[in-house]
Amino acid sequence: MNTPIRDLKSPANVTPPSPTRRKKINVLSPLLELVLVRIRVFIRKPQAVFWTYGFPLLMLLALGFAFREGSETKLEVELIGAQRDTVAAILQAVPELNVATLSDESTDSDWKRRLQSGKTRLVVRCNETGEPLQLWGSLGRAESQLATAIVERELWKAKPTNETSWEVLKLSDEGDRYIDFLVPGIMALNLLSGGLWGTGFMVVDMRIRGLLKRLIAAPMRRRDFLLSLLIGRFLFSILEQLAILVFAYFVFGVVCRGSMLHLWIVIVIGGSSMIALGLLIATRVKTMEAMSGWINLLMIPMWIAGGVFFSADRFPDSMQLILKLIPFVAMTDSLRAIMLDGQSISALGFPILVMSVWGVCCFAIAIKIFRWR
Amino acid sequence: MNLALCARSLTKSYKGKPVVHAVRGIDLDIRSGECFGLLGPNGAGKTTTLEMLEGLTEPTDGSIEVFSQSWKTHANQIRPMLGITLQETRFMDDLSVLETVRLFRSFYATGIEPQEALETVSLQEKCNAKVEQLSGGQLQRLAIATAIVGDPKLLFLDEPTTGLDPQSRRELWDVVRKFRAMGKTIVLTTHYMDEAEQLCDRIAIIDYGKIIALGTPKDLIDKHGGQQIIEFVLASGNTPLDESALLEVASVQQVHIDAERYRLWVVEPIKAIQSLLRVCENSKREIAEVSSHRATLEDAFINLTGRQLREDSQS
Repeated sequence: MNTPIRDLKSPANVTPPSPTRRKKINVLSPLLELVLVRIRVFIRKPQAVFWTYGFPLLMLLALGFAFREGSETKLEVELIGAQRDTVAAILQAVPELNVATLSDESTDSDWKRRLQSGKTRLVVRCNETGEPLQLWGSLGRAESQLATAIVERELWKAKPTNETSWEVLKLSDEGDRYIDFLVPGIMALNLLSGGLWGTGFMVVDMRIRGLLKRLIAAPMRRRDFLLSLLIGRFLFSILEQLAILVFAYFVFGVVCRGSMLHLWIVIVIGGSSMIALGLLIATRVKTMEAMSGWINLLMIPMWIAGGVFFSADRFPDSMQLILKLIPFVAMTDSLRAIMLDGQSISALGFPILVMSVWGVCCFAIAIKIFRWR
Repeated sequence: MNLALCARSLTKSYKGKPVVHAVRGIDLDIRSGECFGLLGPNGAGKTTTLEMLEGLTEPTDGSIEVFSQSWKTHANQIRPMLGITLQETRFMDDLSVLETVRLFRSFYATGIEPQEALETVSLQEKCNAKVEQLSGGQLQRLAIATAIVGDPKLLFLDEPTTGLDPQSRRELWDVVRKFRAMGKTIVLTTHYMDEAEQLCDRIAIIDYGKIIALGTPKDLIDKHGGQQIIEFVLASGNTPLDESALLEVASVQQVHIDAERYRLWVVEPIKAIQSLLRVCENSKREIAEVSSHRATLEDAFINLTGRQLREDSQS
């Protein structure tokens, strides 16, 4: 075989054959390497970090301040009912208060909502003469207590000329402020978008790059790859959720009334179902445009029906069962139940079942039909 | 002789209207330690064949054995023995070169140090550079580094030099030679004739999903290329020559006419050119350009398929 052509293959600069080296070296497990890849790719994209961590906080800040209790302005007190003008006369001159009378048309749910969303601090129901006044404040809100105290002081002062008695009532059955209501919604939204965009985009991007195909051309276990997506996403989700909780606590004083452990269990189950959903959409999609379309198709109804910005209870009863079967609604409801009402996870069997069934089914189907090329 | 790869009546058809027969019955024996080239024009079925050999595409029919093990039953045993580069893999832009190689190293139970793989492809200086900073040639070398880091016995390279400048191509050839010098088996596809001639011990020429010729580059040239080739173009405005007139030129064995370009397969080029000039003079035609060269694989290919390997041929 010593032809001129063969000679070309052994030029002087080629190193002589070296014995094959087959040795164990210190390389991390494939799963860990894959997770590291996820983390590296994520943190090296500053925009991604901003949209994941900064954006939800900015949104909270904006919405939180929009519905903020004004501490420097006067405390709003609203009067309703037959005797409202009599009571208004007593309170009108008080400098700390901003007194408004409501017309007879305004319903109970109207003023209750105003109270909950912090637009008013105290609602005084001024019933017929002889009946006691009802001072409605919202539970646990300092501004409501202050307004109650001031109104009580004025009523005492007016005692000699006015024989009216009163009782102090608290509105507490639902979340007090809008921000309290909003925070679990934002947390759920973050898990949703993290699951869909974070997981789905990564997969589609790797498919477009031909990297998925290249990975399975190597002896990579497919299970490791899918697990790394799940784990990587979770690491980010935990930080995101923590950031929202800490931020909401320090800036708005939002607390979790239920158990933190239960809250985190819901975050993990709900978050997993969102990641599984993202993976399912990404199994066969071949372009970013198609991926965006699919994600939006899922996101928009969830935004509307999911009760992030307002309660899903407002949808008609006929729709309530369907809503309860949506994993995102189940997650939002569960987070609210724990944070606002202090419920235990044992009371949340149905929504947790809904999330789990979605998560397991989506993941199983995704693995089954996943397209590696 | 030990066989690295053995394929029998390999076929691949894709459903559709009409059904596409990408590969129509290929038999291949690739020996351990050789560099084997699959050559053919775009769409000939090279990549489909390669991906079936790599276990990435399921054949419609036929059998494949890699080191005497079948993909159907021993995929988990075969996979770690292979190193694969695909056409156009774009690695993660934000990862560094070393991180990328480390990732691939982690998939193999045994192999070489990531650093060593980078040295083999002369990319050690770039080990901390991000993937997005690499040039086309460096990206190809990175792709090879990820393929050799598991210390494979068999390396597949799918068009490793397509789109590279001549300098980068030569650097890549050195990498392939280095690897071959270690006694490894290499299977590569290319549509560059000179590349196949330079690197491969044996070549299979594929066209329309079939092997139309197989042998060492020298065999193929001798058998299908003829000894010498004379190419010429007539000055514009001249009436074209027909094949029968050209076959009368002294020592011409075969004629190939491609638009205004004429190729004559000849035994004695000097005699042939003199004779050709006489023929033109007698018929009042003028030759605009003429050249002569030793037959190459390109000529063998044209002879075999009646068409050029690539439209923009000859680099």
